[in-house]
Formats: sequence, structure tokens, C-alpha cells
Amino acid sequence: MGSLLTLGTLQTAMELGFIYSLVALALFLSYSMLNVCDLSTDGCFILGCAVGATVAISGHPYLAIFAAMGAGVLSGFITAQLQTRFGIESILAGIIVNTGLYTVNIFAMGNRSQISLNATDTVFTKAKALLAGTPFADYYKLIVAVLFVVAAAVLLVMFLRTRLGLSIRATGDNVDMVRASSINPARTITVGLCVSNALTALGGCLLGEYQKSSDIQVGTGMVTIALAALIIGETLSRGHGGIGRRVVFVIIGSCLYRIIMAIAMRLNMPASALKLVSAVIVAVAIAMPYVKQSLSDHRKKQAAMRISEEETEDVKC
Amino acid sequence: MLTLKHVTKTFHPGTANEKRALNDLSLRLETGEFVTIIGSNGAGKSTMFNAICGTFPVDEGAIFLDGKNMTGLPDYRRASVIGRVFQDPMKGTAPNMTIEENLALAYAKGTRGPLAFALNKKETGFLRDSLAEFGMGLEDRMKTKVGLLSGGQRQVVTLLMCTIVPPKLLLLDEHTAALDPATAQKVMEITNILVKRHCLTTMMITHNMSAALTTGTRTIMMDDGEILFDMSGEQRANTTLETLLSMYSAKKNQTFDTDRMLMPD
Repeated sequence: MGSLLTLGTLQTAMELGFIYSLVALALFLSYSMLNVCDLSTDGCFILGCAVGATVAISGHPYLAIFAAMGAGVLSGFITAQLQTRFGIESILAGIIVNTGLYTVNIFAMGNRSQISLNATDTVFTKAKALLAGTPFADYYKLIVAVLFVVAAAVLLVMFLRTRLGLSIRATGDNVDMVRASSINPARTITVGLCVSNALTALGGCLLGEYQKSSDIQVGTGMVTIALAALIIGETLSRGHGGIGRRVVFVIIGSCLYRIIMAIAMRLNMPASALKLVSAVIVAVAIAMPYVKQSLSDHRKKQAAMRISEEETEDVKC
Repeated sequence: MLTLKHVTKTFHPGTANEKRALNDLSLRLETGEFVTIIGSNGAGKSTMFNAICGTFPVDEGAIFLDGKNMTGLPDYRRASVIGRVFQDPMKGTAPNMTIEENLALAYAKGTRGPLAFALNKKETGFLRDSLAEFGMGLEDRMKTKVGLLSGGQRQVVTLLMCTIVPPKLLLLDEHTAALDPATAQKVMEITNILVKRHCLTTMMITHNMSAALTTGTRTIMMDDGEILFDMSGEQRANTTLETLLSMYSAKKNQTFDTDRMLMPD
């Protein structure tokens, strides 16, 4: 069978890991910081992919990036408004927007469920042309992905250190304290979801350009995949340290997840089994700390039950 | 400074649980007054604080602070001029953020643009010095998550957060009741220092009647959503615990119903 990973599959895994880490970073902001489970992530990912592809096909490869992010901001804004202004439960607001986005996404792709970018200029083809003939020519995809992720991560960390960023973190932690600091939590939730959905859409846009097609199925299960990456990263960082360190670990988590997937593929696992594998990874990663604690408690109880009464000294009253 | 004009609030109106929590309540506080508030459970003390802070809209009446009608403003807007410390030490701070991040958020209260960095060297130094003077050693733990602190330490951080930008009104809702006696005393000392330094107009709810008479400049007893007595100056100085209780019995034609209020903390 040879080695578990060839250099080629490792490179592909890293490329995908970096692209998908944008979605993991989006969930880091909405799920870990704001404490909102944003279920519009799947639809928003496709939205970024669809809008980016359509704009790129019309001949604007760079504008495509910003158009996709703008569409993400809009989607996040609507999710946030449903929560803060109309009192819809955050999970439900995400589901509602996700449902509506299906139609929007089909519409954005010109009433088709799939469009091809084979003959289209994208940031990847631009990079390929730029790097042709240099020693980095083979790595152009990885370089583009890394550049985008590093830029997004640096901006995200800087943003979380501003007053607004700090109040977004506090909103998920203690919303009463945010109000007492004279900050409107509806505003912090809105800004937070706009930024996080912009990241999700950017991820979708890059993936579409990476695999040269946009497809209405491309975002299915994205929430689970990104959560898996996020939780692997948060588990590795043990939640210690500053925001910068945690963001780096989220990106590492996303790459690790892709490597695990690549190994699963090498083991001749059918492609349709991958979703089950990611579901299992997420469930195991989230359950791990709880199970560990329960086991240790159980052992302590068992040990306590083995102590016989004679060993303890009676206290004379 | 603070004026409450005929404020009324009824909970669960039209049901069997209908409760008139504030009953045509009027009150006026001058700048720099330190009012202690006593009264049995359900007297409307915390409800009055909630009405002032805008936790819920009042049914009738109006609330003015510094000449400005606050009645229609949302809670977070009022918070720019009102500081509040709760009995529960968990309420005032964000547990997963560090001490300096908590303080920075409070310090930046509406003073700077949202995209300014929350912490710079000069400010962390200032926040650290502000905390250092309480002598609790918290200044060496600026990067510690607040969730790891004890209740008393969290209450001190909350107090500093509420006063680091001096508010026009400070509301203390039994803020030492959940602490052990020594810590409660320490927190009360720090409270007195901060109130004096910034000449804060303060209202403090307490269940300790003797403390209520010795702390501050004025004492109010509430009952059934109304003010039963309101005393200050000489009258207050000459009032003892016993006279307070007999005054209560005379007015209400019943004896005071909580033993807890007689116990020293």
C-alpha cells in the first residue's frame, strides 16, 4: 500500500485545509466568541462560491473576492436582524436564512445548479501565470490559500483586540456586563455575524475558484466540517493563551482535519463515507472532555466504595 | 440629580399573580448624596433599581437623571451614566476574559471609536495602578481570566469597572451580601473610598439595618412599593435600630418580618 500519505496528497490536504480554515475562523468568531451557533454557514458558503464564480466569469477575478464577502456580510446581517430585532431564536434564524439562501444561490448562478470556471480567470490562474517559471510554480494554489488565510487571520486578531472586538467577545461571555458597559448587544451580534459570514463566503469563493466550479451541493455539511476543525484546534490549544494563539490553532486544526480525511481516502474509504467520518470526529472531539471527567469521577467513586468501615476510626461522642 | 416622579410598575397585570411592585413612587436625590435603602423581601428595592436602569419599561411616571428624562432610553444607553453592582459576583464581569480586558471594556465606555485598540501600554499601566491601590494583589494578575477569581475579588473588579469612568449615579444592590464577613468589610471599605473620591451620588440596598444607619447620608425604608420613611441629618443620627423597628411597627401595625435584617453581617 506504500506510505499513508504521498507528498502530493499532503499538499492537496494542506491547500484544502487552509481554504476551509476560513470557515473554521468564521465559526471561531460566531461559535466560540459570540456563543451563537450559526446554521446559515452551509448556505453562506455556497453563496460566496456562487457570487464569486459569477463575478469572476463576468471578467473580474479580484472583484469576485470582494463581491463574495459582501454577499456574506449581507447574509450575516439578515441572520442577525432576525435574532436581535424580531426575537427569533439564533439557531432558528440560521436555519431560516439557510433555507432561503438555496433559492438565492440558484439565482446567483443564473438559475443553474452548477457553473464551470474552467475557462475563467481567477486569483489562482493569475497566481499561476505570475509564478510560472519560478521554483514556486508547483505551489501556486497553496501560496494563494496561505496568503488569504494569513491576511484574514491577522485582520481577525487585530479586530478582536479593538474595543468593538472586545465587546463582541464579552457578548458571548456575559451579555449583562456588555449592557452595563453601555454597549448595545444587538449591535455586537450584528457586527460579529457580518464579519463571520464574510469569512465563510470568502472560503466558499476560494474553494469555487480552486476547484474551478460552483455547485449548489458544495456547502452541504460545511457547519460540521468547520466545527470539527475548530474543535480540533481548540482542543490542541486547550483554550489557553491569547486570541492570536487560538486563531493559529484553529488553522492548524483545519489542516489536521484535511490530513485525517486524506488518510481516510488512502485507506480506500468510499467518498460517500467521508461525511460520516467527519460527523464521528466532531462528536468524539466534543464528547471527549466530558467522557474523561465522567471516567475519572467513576474511578474515584469506585475507590471510595472499596474503603471498608473498619479502616476509619470512630469518633467518640 | 435623580428624580423619580410617580413611578408605577405592576408585574403580571390581570392575572392571579398580579403584583404592584412600585406604587406611585416619588423620590429626589441631590448630587453627592449616599442613600441606603432597607426593606423586607418584595418591598420593591431591586425593582426600583431595575426601573432606574431601564431593565424594564415602567407603567406610569418618569425618571430624570441630571435634568434629563431617561424613561424612554434603553438600558445600555442609561448605563453610560449609571454604574450598578449586583449581589451576584458573576453578574458584573465576563469570566472568560482577563482582568485587564474586563477593565478596558469598562474604561472605554463610549469615549473612543469602536475600532481603536482596546488596550495600549499607557492604559494597562493606569488600570493596573487603579487596581493596585486596593491592596488585594490583583494588579499582578492582570492577564488572569476573571472566572478564576474569588467572589470578593470579582466584586472588587466590578466596583472598579463601575467607577473607573465616574458615573453620575452608582447603584449597589446588596453587593456584599454573598461574601464572607471579612471580605464584605473590605469591599465596603473600597466602596466608601471610591464614593468619596469621585463624590458619587450613590444608592445602596442592604439587609444590615445598623450598617444602613451608619453608612452614607440618608436612609430610606421601602415597603410594598412605597417609601415608608426617608430620613437624613440629625433625625437619622438620633435613630437607633430599636426606634427604627418600632417606627416600622407603628406605621404598618405589624412587626418586622425578617430576622435576617437584625443580624449583624
